[in-house]
Amino acid sequence: MAGLQIPLEHVLVLATLLFIAGLVGLMVRRNIIFILMSLEVMLNAAALAFVAAGAYWGQADGQIIFMLILTIAAAEVSVGLGLVLQVQRRFRTLDMDNANRLRG
Amino acid sequence: MMESLFYIAALVALFSTLQALSRSNAAHALIYLIISLLAVAVIFFLLGAPFAAALEVVIYAGAIMVLFVFVIMMLNLGESGDARERRWLEPRIWVVPALLAAILLAELLAVEIQTEGITSGKEVSPKEVGLTLFGPYVLAVEIASMLLLAGLVGAYHLGRRFIDRKSPAGGSH
Repeated sequence: MAGLQIPLEHVLVLATLLFIAGLVGLMVRRNIIFILMSLEVMLNAAALAFVAAGAYWGQADGQIIFMLILTIAAAEVSVGLGLVLQVQRRFRTLDMDNANRLRG
Repeated sequence: MMESLFYIAALVALFSTLQALSRSNAAHALIYLIISLLAVAVIFFLLGAPFAAALEVVIYAGAIMVLFVFVIMMLNLGESGDARERRWLEPRIWVVPALLAAILLAELLAVEIQTEGITSGKEVSPKEVGLTLFGPYVLAVEIASMLLLAGLVGAYHLGRRFIDRKSPAGGSH
């Protein structure tokens, strides 16, 4: 028997709330480490929606997309943290408002 | 009964996420973020996706969060050394995350003790996931490997000069 005993909508509401929390964090915080953390929260919320849908229909596809999201998160966070090291070295701060100029 | 476990885990996830994103200290925020990821792992387990739950703990809460910890320690923000670490060991820093983690552990134990198990009607086993992953989704594995290679090269390129600065004796590029 496929399907969940908890309504799928409740899981999706939780995923939405987590995503909104991440989005608000992304827009409000100016520390780049917190921005990266907010990105992680948003990716995680998307993954939760995928796994919930996969569980709802009793298919493995949701978990496979979850693994892809995991890969994306790992690649993104390694490059992002490399950028954090560069920003800290160059600007002596982690505040992104101080790093808003491109070198022309 | 089993349904309430989901709602408790959901509350833990939401609370710890909000805490994580509203801290001012990055190390304290990381603790709450790890609790949030563990709560989501418990939810995966309750949804009948044990493989996803294991991956969430091992890769998300393990590997990716360790990267964050490394960078925060490397940057060594704020005042130095011993005084800061002593402040981190104060109970008010770790009591709430420890309580949340204990709640999640109790939920897992409750699921294990109950015979009817998970809240999902059908558990998607790791075997099914593996068969699907290397069957119709084998192209996704290749794409994931390319993505990880790109991440590896990018991270090495960005971190290289930082490494060189730490050991100027090496010198050559």
